[in-house]
Amino acid sequence: MSGVFSPTRAKIKERTLRTDKWWLQPAITFGVLFSFVIYATFRAFENKYYFSEPLISPFYSPCLSTSCEPGSALSFFGQPFNNKYFGIGISPALFILIFPLGFRMTCYYYRKAYYRAFWLSPPACAVAEPHTKYTGETRAPLILQNSHRWFFYAGLIFNVILTWDAILAFRNPEKEWGHMSVGTLVFLFSTTMLWLYSLSCHTCRHTLGGRLKHFSKHPVRYKAWTIVSVLNHKHPTFAWISLFGVAGADIYVRAVASGAISNFYFF
Amino acid sequence: MARKLNLRIWRGDSTNGALQDVQVDVNEGEVVLDVIHRVQATQMGDLAVRWNCKAGKCGSCSMEINGKPRLACMTQVASYGEDETITVTPLRAFPVIKDLVTDVSFNYKKAMEIPAYAHPADVAPGDARMEQIDVERSQEFRKCIECFLCQDTCHVIRDHEENKKSFAGPRFFIRIAELDMHPLDTLKNRKRTAQEEHGLGMCNITKCCTEVCPEHIRITDNAIIPMKERVVDIKYDPARWLGSKIRKRDGIV
Repeated sequence: MSGVFSPTRAKIKERTLRTDKWWLQPAITFGVLFSFVIYATFRAFENKYYFSEPLISPFYSPCLSTSCEPGSALSFFGQPFNNKYFGIGISPALFILIFPLGFRMTCYYYRKAYYRAFWLSPPACAVAEPHTKYTGETRAPLILQNSHRWFFYAGLIFNVILTWDAILAFRNPEKEWGHMSVGTLVFLFSTTMLWLYSLSCHTCRHTLGGRLKHFSKHPVRYKAWTIVSVLNHKHPTFAWISLFGVAGADIYVRAVASGAISNFYFF
Repeated sequence: MARKLNLRIWRGDSTNGALQDVQVDVNEGEVVLDVIHRVQATQMGDLAVRWNCKAGKCGSCSMEINGKPRLACMTQVASYGEDETITVTPLRAFPVIKDLVTDVSFNYKKAMEIPAYAHPADVAPGDARMEQIDVERSQEFRKCIECFLCQDTCHVIRDHEENKKSFAGPRFFIRIAELDMHPLDTLKNRKRTAQEEHGLGMCNITKCCTEVCPEHIRITDNAIIPMKERVVDIKYDPARWLGSKIRKRDGIV
C-alpha cells in the first residue's frame, strides 16, 4: 500500500473526503479535448473541403503538398511534398499538424489539463490517483515535454502564416482586394486568439525576460516580461478560446467549401 | 447566535484510528479551529491539534477539511452549508502522530538539503545593494508561511511515498527559485541540482500546490515553470548551450 494508504499515515479508507464536485472539471476537460481530437483527426484525414477562395482551413495552412487544391498553396513555400509516399495517399494536413499539435501537447497549461483529465495524475487536488508508480517528466516519453520552446518557435511561424491567411481573406473569390466577409471576421478572431495564446505562453515569458537575474539592467526586456506576465494570467483562457477559434475557422471553411453555406460578403 | 454543527474528527495514531462524529455549538463568524477548540474543551479533552497564531500566519493548523488541505484558522464555518457535516482529518501526505497532528519533519530535512544564499565574495555584506524591481520577484516567495499545504496536496509524494527521497516538493522549489532569481546569489548550479537532486522534473505542473496556497503564491507559474524553463536552458536546449559557450556566460545575466 502506498500513498495515502501508507502504513504511517492516518488510517482513512476513502481515496478522498472531498464533498464538492471535484470530478466535474476533469470530466468537462476530457469531453471537450477528446471531441476536438476526434474532430481534428477526422478533418486531417478527410483531405477535402479545406479551401474556398480566399479561405483556407487552418488545419491545412500552409498547404505544402502537390495534391493541394489549386490556389490554396502559398508560392513562398511552394509544394515540396508529394501527395503519395510508398503508394499511400497523404493528406496535406498531415505534413504540418505536428507543429500546432506539438505546441499544445507540450503547453504547460494543457499538460495540467490532460494529466488531470486523461491520465488522472491526479484527477483533482487531494484525490488519490490510481497509478502505483510515478516518475513525472523525468524519462521518455514525458521528458520530451522539455521541447516546448521549439514548438513555440514553430507556432510563431504558423501564426504569421495564419495572419497572412486572414489578410488574404480581405479579398473576394476573384482575388480582388478591399472586400470583407463573415470568413474574414472568423479568421481575424481565430488568428488574434492564436497570437494571444502564443504571447501569453510561459516559454514566451521566459524568453523575453524570465531568465534574467537583474531586471534593472534590462529595462526593455523587463517591460516586455511584465506585459507578458499579465497575459500569462489568462493563458488557460486563451488556450481554450484559441482552440475553439481554430476549430470554428475550420468548421466555417468546411461549410463554405462543401457548399453547405455561402461566405456572406459585407462589401 | 449559536447553532449546532455536525463535525467528524479523525482520531487515532499511526497504528489505528477512525472518524468520530460530534455535535458542537458554533457561533457566527467562527472558523473551524474555533469549533475544534470547543470540542477539545467540552467533549474530547485529549484531542491533539497543532495551532499557534490563529491568524493565518504561522502555518501550524494545517489539516484537511472536507478533504481539502486548508488552514483551520482561515476556514470559515459559514462557508459550508448549515446542514453540512464538516470532516476534519490530519494531513494525509505525512505520518500521523496523534489525531490532527502529523509529523512534518520531512520538510525540514528537505530544507536542509538546499544550499543557502551565496554572497558575492567581492561585496562586503553591508555594501550589497539591490533595485526594487529585482527584489520583487523573490519577495512573493518570501510570503511562504511553511504551512506545507502545498507539500500535502502534491500528488508526487502524497500518492507515492517512495518519491519522498528524491522529491523536494513545491515549497522548496519556490525556495530554489527565490535563490536562483536572486541578483546577488553566486551559486551556479542551482538549476542542475533542482532537476537532478531535488526532483523538479517529477512535477507535472497540475497546479494543486498553487490552488491550496493560503498566501496565494503563484507557485507553479512564478517558480516551478520558470525553473523548468531554466533547466531546459542548460540541459535540453542545444542552441542555448552553444550560445552560452560562445558568449562565455551562464545564460543568466
